[in-house]
Amino acid sequence: MTGSRTGQGGIIDRSRTIRFTFDGKLYHGHPGDTLASALLAEGLVLFGRSFKYHRPRGVMSAGVEEPNALVGVGIGGRFEPNTRATDLFIYEGLVAESQNRWPSLSFDLGAVIGLFGRFVPAGFYYKAFLGKPGLWTFYEHFIRRAAGLGRPPVKPDPDHYEHRAAFCDVLVVGAGPAGLSAALSASAAGERVMLVEQDIAVGGGLHRESEDIEGLPGQAWIAQALTTLTGRGVSMLTRTTAIGYWDHDMVTLAQKLVEPGQVPEDGQVAQRLWRVRAKRVVLATGAIERPLPFANNDRPGVMLAQAVRTYVNRFGVVPGARAVVATCNDDAYRTAFALADAGCEVVAILDSRSESPSEIVKAAAARFNVQFDAQVLEARGGPGGLTGLAARLGGQPLSLSCDLLAVSGGVSPVAHLHMQAGGTLNWNETTGTFAPDVPRQNQVTVGAAAGGAEGNSSALGLTAPTGVDARHSFVDFQNDVTLADIDLAWQEGYRSVEHVKRYTTLGMATDQGKTSNIVGLARLAALEGRPVPQVGLTTFRPPYTPVTLGLLAGHATGKHLAVVRRPPLYDLHLEQQPLWLPSGHWMRPRAYPRGDETLHSAAMREARTVRQAVGWVDVSTLGKFEIAGPDAAAFLERVCATTVARLAQGRGRYTFMLREDGIVMDDGTVWRIGPERYLLTSSTGGADRMAHHLAYVRQVLAPELKVAIANVQEHWAGIAVAGPKAKTLLARMVPDPGIPRHMSLARSKIAGVPVLILAASYSGERAFEIYAAGTDIIPVWQALVAQGADLGGSAYGLEALEILRIEKGHVVVGGEIDGRATPHDLRLHRMLNPAAPFIGAPALQRPALQSSAGRLRMVGLESDSPIPEGSMLVSTMPGTPQGHVTGAGQRVLQKGHVALGFLRDGDERLGEQLMAWSPTRNASARVTIVDPVFYDPEGRRYRD
Amino acid sequence: MQLIACPHCGPRAQAEFEFDRAVDSVLALDASPAEAVTRLYERENPKGWSWELWRHSAGCGVFLKLHRHTVTHEIAEVSRLDAAP
Repeated sequence: MTGSRTGQGGIIDRSRTIRFTFDGKLYHGHPGDTLASALLAEGLVLFGRSFKYHRPRGVMSAGVEEPNALVGVGIGGRFEPNTRATDLFIYEGLVAESQNRWPSLSFDLGAVIGLFGRFVPAGFYYKAFLGKPGLWTFYEHFIRRAAGLGRPPVKPDPDHYEHRAAFCDVLVVGAGPAGLSAALSASAAGERVMLVEQDIAVGGGLHRESEDIEGLPGQAWIAQALTTLTGRGVSMLTRTTAIGYWDHDMVTLAQKLVEPGQVPEDGQVAQRLWRVRAKRVVLATGAIERPLPFANNDRPGVMLAQAVRTYVNRFGVVPGARAVVATCNDDAYRTAFALADAGCEVVAILDSRSESPSEIVKAAAARFNVQFDAQVLEARGGPGGLTGLAARLGGQPLSLSCDLLAVSGGVSPVAHLHMQAGGTLNWNETTGTFAPDVPRQNQVTVGAAAGGAEGNSSALGLTAPTGVDARHSFVDFQNDVTLADIDLAWQEGYRSVEHVKRYTTLGMATDQGKTSNIVGLARLAALEGRPVPQVGLTTFRPPYTPVTLGLLAGHATGKHLAVVRRPPLYDLHLEQQPLWLPSGHWMRPRAYPRGDETLHSAAMREARTVRQAVGWVDVSTLGKFEIAGPDAAAFLERVCATTVARLAQGRGRYTFMLREDGIVMDDGTVWRIGPERYLLTSSTGGADRMAHHLAYVRQVLAPELKVAIANVQEHWAGIAVAGPKAKTLLARMVPDPGIPRHMSLARSKIAGVPVLILAASYSGERAFEIYAAGTDIIPVWQALVAQGADLGGSAYGLEALEILRIEKGHVVVGGEIDGRATPHDLRLHRMLNPAAPFIGAPALQRPALQSSAGRLRMVGLESDSPIPEGSMLVSTMPGTPQGHVTGAGQRVLQKGHVALGFLRDGDERLGEQLMAWSPTRNASARVTIVDPVFYDPEGRRYRD
Repeated sequence: MQLIACPHCGPRAQAEFEFDRAVDSVLALDASPAEAVTRLYERENPKGWSWELWRHSAGCGVFLKLHRHTVTHEIAEVSRLDAAP
């Protein structure tokens, strides 16, 4: 095959030349060219190697359905593999490379598989390696080298991708004649219209044809439509593909502002993802031509007939010198005329039908060698192009020489979006096409996509000639699936089309079987002896064409991946250069190392400071809710599993909340801050869940209660001051009556800032939580630093807090409150409100949650050596786990190590010796089961 | 993405809402343990029309009752909980 450029015609700009490289070689093209059309014009035949057999491949189509001519394009982080050369418009400086070949495209070692080896049949990997693990280990290296489609980029994508939302009355997808007509009539009725087209130009199939439309040449009709639509303010987006049709008429669009691999202008985005909500969607997505099944139908030089016509009429490229047209319908005859008019010799038209009464066939018979009852059996040629073909003509063999074989197996309406929107299809037995039938959403399909081109199709094109070499007759070109693979799957008992798809990989390539699915289905239907619709269809999934992951991510990459929530004291912490611990979206200091301290040594020093002197920790991120109203106490009795109603004003209490299934959800403290006003705290990570839960109780379960809830998590910033000298430190800043007793509250001023002081202890020491409004807290922290230094005080982080609370035996959400533990399991059941008006009470009465037998109960663990975090509790190593460790740490002031954990029937096993064993950390420790409160069990230290 | 017509805020994208539960799994505070089992664990999970509770979390924060088809995602009705049945 030797392609060449015609002197005139098409929608390319011959006055300008674009230079680009393919596999390092310089080529030229014109604005309006695709990479495929420009390379065909330069006489290129071989574009790449196939996925599995490394067979030589050329260009098959002129659109997004291309399965063969896949290239890598761009440099560095902009490199994009598997880009269709037929869907890539050239630009100055374009760098493209062929794929799946080594060391070079013309001499590919991988093709040896295709030449000498037996073809890898369907299910090869399943069978070859089933039950032989050693074999896989041996071959994996070689298979991994040979496998894969293209190569991934090796650098981060430097481009910007943007997301945008839009609304319209009518969204028209596809700007061919049907789409343009739909946009014209909708806009004439005054509707707000959006028209999107995946091509760089509107017009669709009109660029392929030479016939007039409504008395005008195609290009003139397009120009007129454009002028009208622009005048009516229709929003038109070209190079924009509708990739998904979602619920309630939302369509996502992928807009390419630059071509793949192209560098955008400074500050401009490369691609834009649109989410369009339309009142009505018109699908004018056209139809895709199908290839014919015969041996070596994948050879370079075998092209779809409409694609050939597109190259001639749109790009001014004649892809061969001697052409044969093989068809089952009238439409491909147009290709013969287009080729002949462009100076290509048309050797023959081979029509598998026995006759056709149409005018174009009569006209063709007068000019060309038209043969009916003719079927191609085999294409001949190789990497250098086509040399000829073997056919059967009314039972007689026929051999023809040619360098271009234009094939048409009929067309398949593009029903992808219709199906994504939940529509159904209707099968036409005569034409062999599925066309949209019943829509589910506000969608309507028009034009060729609605079956308007069914006259150009015939089910004959779906049937392979008898006696054809099925092993070399390709159905799915991109995944190298042959007729023989489908036959084999059927012989092996695969009946469901979804199973055949996965076993053979039919339709699973990046083209999602646009040219192959119906051909494969027809083969399966013939084997089954059932009509095609009964065989069924596989699911149409978005995106319609491949999109870059960058487009889906938009700006949500790197530091913009998620929000960062900084507590009001963040800047003060930053000056100390702490180790940070993200807690949900919050950034919280984990420890404040000094000198060359490690996390562990810093945390141990901070914990000792709290036990021996005084420390302060930022607790601003705790969940906090104000509950107010005449029924506030009644409301809290429903939310909290402990008694709240008798709480005196100015007092607080530890509490925990249950889920409806009786499992502990969260814990915190509840404070009566006014006659009908309470403050409820929850864990940092559980704050959002608690907000939802409180809203649920108030609105759904107890709407009769007169109560209001305000989420004040971010309003009140807080510092916990803990240690034997905490009261001394506070006394330096607050007048004596202002210092509350344990579990009492006081309002005062520190450094001139109004504060709320809650006396509660998490560490086990005398402690106060000081709350102030947002960033007002900053001078309070500064005052603590200034006043606390000579007392030996310092700030401490979450790591020290963890060590302190484990030693004290306090539970934590996400640790012991793990979504599985009941109040009994956590030894909190004595605090349960006996009146049981609370959420979770009905489920908690179930016998399974009442009886302790066999349940994991919280225990303490003691050891002389470090207890591995996350280890399991076993009698012997290795052994059956009887429980696990939830949190472990070193004792703060004494020797030894302690941990909290769960052990089956653990509360009855105190004194038992077990192993804490972590095979993943390769660590273990001998532990003794003890009561989980290791430090000050009488609670003397935090009381006055 | 579904479009939910909030009675307070108008039609808004699903991303602003949180699905909470099917209405038949709302468990009254004074329910019996047996009823808790039925409501929490032995639910209908219908393939078809379902009454559901959603909350307009990123909007007005109100819980809404939706009559929604679990296959087609059609929404026949969106109402406030205190609306007359």
